[in-house]
Amino acid sequence: MNLEEYKGVFVFAQQVDNEISGIAFELLGKAKELAAPLSTDVTAVLIGSDVKNLADQLAEYGADRVIVVDDPQLKDYRTEPYAHALASVINEYKPEIVLVGATAIGRDLGPTVSARVATGLTADCTVLEIGDFPLVAIPGKEDQQKHNQLLMTRPAFGGNTIATIACPNNRPQMATVRPGVMQKIEPIKGAKANVVEFNPGFEPNDRYVTIKEVVKAVSDTVDIMDAKILVSGGRGVGTPENFKLLEDLAEVLGGTVSCSRAVVDSGWKPKDLQVGQTGKTVRPNVYFAIGISGAIQHVAGMEESDIIIAINKDEDAPIFDVADYGIVGDLNKIVPQLTAQLKTEIANK
Amino acid sequence: MKIIVCIKQVPDTKGGVKFNPDGTLDRGAMLAIMNPDDKAGLEAALRLKDQYGAEVTVLTMGLPKATDVLREAIAMGADKGILVTDRVLGGADTWATSTTIAGAIRNLEYDLIITGRQAIDGDTAQVGPQIAEHLGLPVISYAQDIKVEGDKVIVQRQYDDRYHVLEAKMPCLITALSELNEPRYMTPGGIFDAFQAEITTWGRADLKDVDDANLGLAGSPTKIAKASDKVRKGAGEKVVPDSPDEAVSYIVGKLKEKHVI
Repeated sequence: MNLEEYKGVFVFAQQVDNEISGIAFELLGKAKELAAPLSTDVTAVLIGSDVKNLADQLAEYGADRVIVVDDPQLKDYRTEPYAHALASVINEYKPEIVLVGATAIGRDLGPTVSARVATGLTADCTVLEIGDFPLVAIPGKEDQQKHNQLLMTRPAFGGNTIATIACPNNRPQMATVRPGVMQKIEPIKGAKANVVEFNPGFEPNDRYVTIKEVVKAVSDTVDIMDAKILVSGGRGVGTPENFKLLEDLAEVLGGTVSCSRAVVDSGWKPKDLQVGQTGKTVRPNVYFAIGISGAIQHVAGMEESDIIIAINKDEDAPIFDVADYGIVGDLNKIVPQLTAQLKTEIANK
Repeated sequence: MKIIVCIKQVPDTKGGVKFNPDGTLDRGAMLAIMNPDDKAGLEAALRLKDQYGAEVTVLTMGLPKATDVLREAIAMGADKGILVTDRVLGGADTWATSTTIAGAIRNLEYDLIITGRQAIDGDTAQVGPQIAEHLGLPVISYAQDIKVEGDKVIVQRQYDDRYHVLEAKMPCLITALSELNEPRYMTPGGIFDAFQAEITTWGRADLKDVDDANLGLAGSPTKIAKASDKVRKGAGEKVVPDSPDEAVSYIVGKLKEKHVI
């Protein structure tokens, strides 16, 4: 493998039902930052059926070029045709970096493609930067230190440890990033994409599974990842009915209700409201953790919030270790009174 | 039907996280358990066995003490256990791990391979799909329901806002979510059997069609540049108000101070 042949930062521009997922724009923002020190450009890889018209949106968010793989086989996500599409693009265009969203799609597509093109993949990165590997040259072996490497930082052991990983001898360097971690750029209105169409051919075989049915969850709630204020409840809320207290508080503040895994496991709230390692990563301006003990898996999904306010009757609950403001007390008494007080405050403004 | 379930022994990060006095992770003090998603995968295999009759083989890669999770799986109802262990396999990333496990599986007959979606120590969700890729099999990740019809599997595949009902021809590989089921307990008879059961142990020489260049630390494309215990931002203020009134005025005060209201 001649590493020098590999150039450019590529982003898998995930779309679902011909709508580009937010993660694609976030990755383009990061890709632009990475491309600058490498003096290279950013390419979005758009895979789907009848998706070419979406390319300009990718240009608005920073794609210098959009490679479109458009084929009826690619209508809904399936591992095989998508992996074939992305792996073929990599083999043809030889990027040095490929970023994929750590979504339910990307965490299936990423590993499959990385194994197919025989390179490394670092999952769920929280920091991506260009640097040297090893970080510090080994004395006497300065010439063996590699420059302009993608350094990928990720949590492990349920968020207890953090590791920075490089992929020095294989290309492309591949990483997945969870939604909500990177920042998209302010869109460049009216930007037009430089579109390149590419089709490697799709011939169904046994690895093309059949989609018999698509069952969409009915949800009219705001995506918790977009919320500025989250009022999040845990098992300590007690009953599904008691979430009314949190909903009232959220309404006064113009916020949204989210929850911990325990609440989803108990069937009180749907999965799309879950914050944490196996749920969503959120970074609102204010995060209320109400009746949430603060398991490390939960904390991993919310610790980047600007202000964390925790209410819990257990003085030793680990949530107080990350809260900016911790209140030891009974949520059933505090929350309704807080809602009433805030109503008055806001009305008097 | 022959089913292979890949399982991993992991430190219990849920609740059982222990720290040394200097704040680093005390791995030695943490319980070693069967990875939860893998256990759900095993339960799914055992249910297929109950329903249709199947031979269930559990396979793990790890240190010799990983036989504990193989015996636990046998106590739950698995038929055979295989441990893949060798010094040269240590320090493997997901690419080298999946290469190793695929090399072991090439020695076996199977209709279905089930892995957990991800392990709670690494959380990568990569090894399952990568095993499928090395073996050239169809893969269905994030399974929340598994049925068998003739030579096909019908699987509910979970996404963020929907699920797909997928049909795939066997042999194939499925990665299981812990939401899939409630794993059964070991039975007293099973524990007795597990204690007696002979565990097959394979080393490097037993792996089929793998290149040394793709194994262990040296064969891992990803390299650790730096590892550290995570620095958390630390606790802020904690108050124990005497009354809800006091609690409310404290919170409202902070929200004003920070210009939230």
